[in-house]
Amino acid sequence: MNAIDFILAGMLGAATPFLLAALGELVAERAGVLNLGVEGLMAFGAVLAFIIVYHGGGHFLGFVAAGLGSAVLSLVFAVVALGFRANQVATGLAIGILGQGLSALFGKTYESLTVKGLPKLAFPWLSEIPVLGSLFIQDIVVWLSLAATLALWGMFAYTKTGLVVRAVGENPKAAHAIGYSVTSVRVFAIAFGGAMAGFAGAYAAVVYTPLWADGMIAGRGWIAIALVVFGTWLTGRIFLGACLFGAVSLMGLAAQATGLDVPSQLLSSLPYLVTIIVLGIISADRRLLKLNGVASLGEPFER
Amino acid sequence: MTDPLLSLRGISKSYGQIHANQGIDLDVAPRSIHAILGENGAGKSTLMKLIYGVEQPDDGTAIWEGEPLSLASPAQARRKGIGMVFQHFSLFETLTVVENIRLVVKGRTADLTERIRTLGRDFGLEVDPLAPVHALSVGERQRVEIIRCLMTNPKLLILDEPTSVLPPQSVDKLFDTLRRLRDGGVSILFISHKLEEIRAICDHATILRGGRVTGNVDPRDHDAHDLACMMIGRDMPDPMPALPLSGGEKRLEIIGLDHQPDDPFAVRLSNISLSVRAGEILGIAGISGNGQSELASLISGEAVLPREQRDRIYMMGKDVGTLGAAARRQRGFAFVPEDRLGRGAVPEMSLVLNSLLTAHPLGLLRHGLVDRASARALTNECIRQYDVRTSGPEAEAGALSGGNLQKFIVGREIMLSPKLLFVAQPTWGVDIGAATAIRRRLITLRNEGMAILVISEELEELFELCDAIQVLHHGRLSPPLATRDTRPEEIGRYMMGAHSSPEKAVA
Amino acid sequence: MSVLPAAFLPTLVRRERASLAATLLAPPIALAVATILNLGLYVLLGRDPIAVVHAMLLEPFLSWTSFSEVLLKAAPLLLIAQGLAIGFRAKVFNIGAEGQFILGAIFASAIPVWFPQATGQWIWPLMLLLGALGGGLWASLTAFWRVRLNANEILVSLMLSLVAAQLLNYLLLGPWKDPNGFNFPQSVMFQYDAMVPILISGTRVNVSLLLTLAFSAAAWVFMQKSFTGYKLQVGGLAPRAAGYAGFNEGWAIWLSLLIGGFAAGLAGAAEVAGPLGQLQRSISTGYGYAAIIVAYLGGLHPLGIVFSALLMAVLYIGGDNAMVSANLPIAAVRVFQGSLLLAYLIAVAFVRHRLEWPRAAVRSQS
Repeated sequence: MNAIDFILAGMLGAATPFLLAALGELVAERAGVLNLGVEGLMAFGAVLAFIIVYHGGGHFLGFVAAGLGSAVLSLVFAVVALGFRANQVATGLAIGILGQGLSALFGKTYESLTVKGLPKLAFPWLSEIPVLGSLFIQDIVVWLSLAATLALWGMFAYTKTGLVVRAVGENPKAAHAIGYSVTSVRVFAIAFGGAMAGFAGAYAAVVYTPLWADGMIAGRGWIAIALVVFGTWLTGRIFLGACLFGAVSLMGLAAQATGLDVPSQLLSSLPYLVTIIVLGIISADRRLLKLNGVASLGEPFER
Repeated sequence: MTDPLLSLRGISKSYGQIHANQGIDLDVAPRSIHAILGENGAGKSTLMKLIYGVEQPDDGTAIWEGEPLSLASPAQARRKGIGMVFQHFSLFETLTVVENIRLVVKGRTADLTERIRTLGRDFGLEVDPLAPVHALSVGERQRVEIIRCLMTNPKLLILDEPTSVLPPQSVDKLFDTLRRLRDGGVSILFISHKLEEIRAICDHATILRGGRVTGNVDPRDHDAHDLACMMIGRDMPDPMPALPLSGGEKRLEIIGLDHQPDDPFAVRLSNISLSVRAGEILGIAGISGNGQSELASLISGEAVLPREQRDRIYMMGKDVGTLGAAARRQRGFAFVPEDRLGRGAVPEMSLVLNSLLTAHPLGLLRHGLVDRASARALTNECIRQYDVRTSGPEAEAGALSGGNLQKFIVGREIMLSPKLLFVAQPTWGVDIGAATAIRRRLITLRNEGMAILVISEELEELFELCDAIQVLHHGRLSPPLATRDTRPEEIGRYMMGAHSSPEKAVA
Repeated sequence: MSVLPAAFLPTLVRRERASLAATLLAPPIALAVATILNLGLYVLLGRDPIAVVHAMLLEPFLSWTSFSEVLLKAAPLLLIAQGLAIGFRAKVFNIGAEGQFILGAIFASAIPVWFPQATGQWIWPLMLLLGALGGGLWASLTAFWRVRLNANEILVSLMLSLVAAQLLNYLLLGPWKDPNGFNFPQSVMFQYDAMVPILISGTRVNVSLLLTLAFSAAAWVFMQKSFTGYKLQVGGLAPRAAGYAGFNEGWAIWLSLLIGGFAAGLAGAAEVAGPLGQLQRSISTGYGYAAIIVAYLGGLHPLGIVFSALLMAVLYIGGDNAMVSANLPIAAVRVFQGSLLLAYLIAVAFVRHRLEWPRAAVRSQS
């Protein structure tokens, strides 16, 4: 198996934690909420899923618990940031620290234990195409993530729900004036973001690398937040960005496999370095950010 | 009189210490255009927000078509048949017209698009349903708001200061639309502080002062002077005469300025030319959203021109286009911005610290440290001289009323004794007393030889203050018109974009 | 549309002016609430809450030795938090102090690693200086990205922290590994002159504590008295007012980040040249992140931060104690830190707001 095959086959799987968490953060940010706690929410979801799967509860239950648990933790964010109008940056950091702490606390006795991942499902016909075919042999969660991407894209493009979320994020005062409850919309958006981060963590812990290690999320939550900026708040571009990061995170492994003489630390830093560089390139286009950005992002809503 | 459509009894609403509405009684008849008249801060907007359910009253009852009405939410108000057009529009810039309407009206996008076109034809409210709102002019945005209301088939339509965004000629067109609506069975609550308009269109007027009802009249039976007395509780102050002065040296000169701001929602400025001399007030008229804020920040130095654009903006004879705000202030420039909280003043800081913001060169610093005693003395002086009503220099700027904060900011900028003073929207949201004081002060300064530039939406204000007026429309500026030789209708034509093409501006 | 039964919930109403009482009470109340919540968690985990409280909050004060360890731990937290708080007040969210700390440690270690035989009392001051420069340099990358490329400083500074950790790994596993260190990822032990002199004999508390206190005093003058500090605060509270007054935004961002990086780098240098005496993988136990909490808990005020740094140091030392005596996982400290910050953020809402209960009934609602 050469490096290209390796990356093609693994890219979507590696991209899935980024994608799920970024889609969740996209909805929260579109509603005007900057939740920087994604890393902690992912870690919390990851440990819940791991514990349940380890004790034989199965993957489905593991994902449900992760989604619910992280959604509940994100509601703590909602109470502090919306209810008490606290600074969203500080609140997000606090939730991040709390989530990572809880993850380490609960995961203490599971350190270095493993569980079984999920089987791959081949997409009929497409998986038989030479070279590209390996792209279409993925586990069920990857397929569901792709479906979620499509669903969110459709929601923002066509549905009234999508319009309401965008309206609340752009101009909460006006949304309030025409009769939408800004707080309710934002609470739902935050909870959705929390659940998606929980799924993302669960995927990382019980499917992608089904081995528990403290700190296993390793900055992926932060990269997911950066992905929302890379994608300029557009679902399709976020999907492409997630694929890019999936590929980049595999490149380290691929390079080692081909015996390239590069320090492994440089390869591990690659996703972070790529994040910094791409963030610089995209953000430098101020017009683009302004045009697609969310006007009220991070600002508390006060009537 | 037939049974009223809407009837309010004893409605009260307070925000902290401020009693915005106290025991308001109001009856709106079916098929009538009913004015709510009052100066800034009289409680008109609060009352409308209560009727529309945006805010909830502390006390009082409402009857709608003979049934008790709960004023719980705008959605409920719409279900009952109440629609509202806000003064500062509640539209979403990044959404299209039809998307904005879909947020309020049920229906599929294709059907809504068709209905928008039909309504537009029937009521003279044409607008492209598929255009994004940020691409629309202010007048078009108002049409979208009105259409959005009409599509919910309201029995009562509330319009909050609708004419403030329209040139005089378009006001007539709006009035036609409103009369057609009334004849079609809709009652209209028309909020305004412009007396002539109310006399022109309204069947009935309720006058508010200081949060209370001070009169219920038929406006056609009273002249403007009567109505004004009821509105402000005393006679209108006389305008102050300006001494004719011969022009001094040019303190501000802008020559053929073109600018495309970074912000994609901002207005592009093209071929702007103007000059302000010592002892002269130049006014810039036009409806907000035609490039006023873009031009203001280029003059103030909050936005600077790129290096290659030289010789465009001169202050006191020096090319300042690429200099920042601080450098321009050092040359004797001072500025009162249109937004007071968050720009002209820091809401969470005391007045003492807010003096420091721009008045720090007046000896308020010692070796890089803040000299609190001097800052406090200067603040006290400003409070005293400019009649700022506040609990003291340690009060937070955010706790002051709009008028008092404006007096403080105007005072602070004048105390810098600038050679060139730039005031944007000097009396926006300011009560008549404070507005008069500010205008008098500006004329005095002009008579003493200061060069003053004023941007305002209020034509009356510009006619009272200015030696000459230029009109901004779609980012283009008309040639200067001497105020004493010009009628408001001429300004109005420029406001609608007549002969503001650059060829004619040169002529 | 409203989902919450708004009629029964109290609402936050803005106060006329900030409440001093609430400002002063917020940290102790937050501490009490966080302590109670976490004790509940420990009970759920089957630990003896009294033993944990004893180990965590009391033991650090019970002996001079353990209190001196608190002081030792407080120094880097205080230094980093003072630097960060200046930035936070200017709304420049440098959350990459961890990386700036690591770079400070690396820069300082360069001298003893490259010149292990060098002697002279100039070595440790030069190391501290280099450390501060290293931290500043790392922060300046974030500043450049933010000012020139308009990139979000939160994400850039955090990513740079993750890169810094990898850089440290690389050095310790590669070129800087102690050849006689049994393959452990650590540098050579530093020579005597590369160590910051001990301040209180019999303890590990060194001169850097004095530097830290001096830096705190300077931060107080800077933020509370100087015009430059005022300009930064205006930029944080009302960016458009700063633009209106002509305060340069890019300059404020550079200054905020450089001060933060400088302080974090200095702390990193003092850590390797102090209690550790060599460059190790575990030079930081999350100081950079804990300092964010210290900064907020101290109300972003230089004086308050002195107290919150001490508190956080007590939690660290007490957490170590509790791990030994009450068998509490060390991760519990992070949980405590996170919940403490959350409790504080709620408590501090009452500085500018008060609760208003809905009136008995609004008569117009039929």
